[in-house]
Amino acid sequence: MARMKFLCDADRCIECNACVTACKNEHEVPWGINRRRVVTINDGLPGERSVSMACMHCTDAPCASVCPVDCFYTTDDAVVLHNKDTCIGCGYCSYACPFGAPQYPQTANFGTRGKMDKCTYCSGGPEPDMSQAEYVKYGANRLAEGKLPLCAEMCSTKALLAGDGDIIAEIYRERVVTRGYGSGAWGWRDAYGETVTV
Amino acid sequence: MNILAKFGAALSLAFAVAVMAPQAQAQVNPTAESVSEEALFQALGTEGVVSGRVSIPDQSAGNLIKPVNKDWAALHGNTVVTLSVIAVVGMLALLTLFYVVRGRIRVDSGLSGRTILRFNSIERFAHWTLASTFIILALSGLNLIIGKSVILPLLGEGAFGTLSAWGKIAHNYLAWPFMVSLALIFLLWVIENIPNKLDVEWIKVGGGLFKKGVHPPAKKFNAGQKVIFWSVILGGAALSYTGFMLLFPGIAGSFTDWQFYQLIHALVAAGLSAIIIAHIYIGSVGMEGAFDAMGSGEVDENWAKEHHALWVEEVKGGKSGSAKGAATPAE
Repeated sequence: MARMKFLCDADRCIECNACVTACKNEHEVPWGINRRRVVTINDGLPGERSVSMACMHCTDAPCASVCPVDCFYTTDDAVVLHNKDTCIGCGYCSYACPFGAPQYPQTANFGTRGKMDKCTYCSGGPEPDMSQAEYVKYGANRLAEGKLPLCAEMCSTKALLAGDGDIIAEIYRERVVTRGYGSGAWGWRDAYGETVTV
Repeated sequence: MNILAKFGAALSLAFAVAVMAPQAQAQVNPTAESVSEEALFQALGTEGVVSGRVSIPDQSAGNLIKPVNKDWAALHGNTVVTLSVIAVVGMLALLTLFYVVRGRIRVDSGLSGRTILRFNSIERFAHWTLASTFIILALSGLNLIIGKSVILPLLGEGAFGTLSAWGKIAHNYLAWPFMVSLALIFLLWVIENIPNKLDVEWIKVGGGLFKKGVHPPAKKFNAGQKVIFWSVILGGAALSYTGFMLLFPGIAGSFTDWQFYQLIHALVAAGLSAIIIAHIYIGSVGMEGAFDAMGSGEVDENWAKEHHALWVEEVKGGKSGSAKGAATPAE
């Protein structure tokens, strides 16, 4: 089994936001929720870089450690998923996440949050793979179809990489060596406890 | 002095530029002069958040990486859970030990059969509204701390999820009657709970809790009850304020504020729960005759004489016939 990770090569990202759009369309993500977003650092300044960010599917995920109802689980591919039937929308995972991944639809009075929604690494939820119930709650299950997450697959500059951590780290490492620079594997240190060294 | 320092700084800056310039020119590569994650983190220190611009309406999504959130996760996941368990289990153990050693505190002179009105219906209504809402709030809150290790294995994920979801709804709604009755309790009893010299005497002899036959004089509320009163008022106020902020995260501010309010809320709740467990014990199985004060509102005269001698004098001295309606001390 692979250890799935995301890596955004910020030196290639052109902030086209196609990953964001593709994600929303593929999973029919509700209004107001962005499972993936592109953040531009040093906007308008020399050295500006854009980073596409979603749930990083952390090792020892902090969201899972604080969840009071224990609705998170890690798949064999090391993808961090959650069960929306168990989730109570308390918001703790959003307090704990370093990447702002958990999102909530506002469903009722006060600040009541609905069931948490986040990137599933295109691999659905606890329901049977590719079932209608799974699609309604979590969106498409591309991993079950043998495909990688759509955001990375359709990235026009191949900035966003998805796949086995060792393989995408090696691809990134080669790029950095070839072109002579790299702004880093964004979020890796916080998600996986190690970054890509070149 | 100041001018000299500025001049020195300017000089060293000019020197640095002069030294650096040829080097930078030699290997200029515009695409390589990018921000790097490592450099950003170093510049930010330990408290920082790497953020930028986003083109979606939710501007808070501009926070790219917030490593400090993991500190809260560790604090909540370990420290808060441990402290809460220690507070609740520790208090239960202490009370069990107290019961084994001291047993039930009896009315030394026996029950007289005559009763005095101690708490009128408004006081009892306020107390029981506060008490019942607190118990549900405390249990649904405690469920969020230890439920996943205690109740989840018993019920299974589906039933536990449903229970916790209802617990959250109950927590959100019952917070309001809790706050109203907390304010009512404060108004009803604050005058009689202002600390005075008698309390020092009461505390010196441990309230007679640990020794049979010792009964320090007290007015309507003794020092122990005053401790409960102020714990409930101050703890309840802290819980209300932080809870309100957690209920309306938009008013509270940002993630850092929510994390702060959550920590205060959880720690105060654990402490107050421990105190209330002791209060429930002494008001029920722990002491003979104590429950009547909040049950029927009428306490036995001998119980009252032993635990609230000065209050009995006040009530008896001020009344002309019956004790009814004389729950508050007359002058």
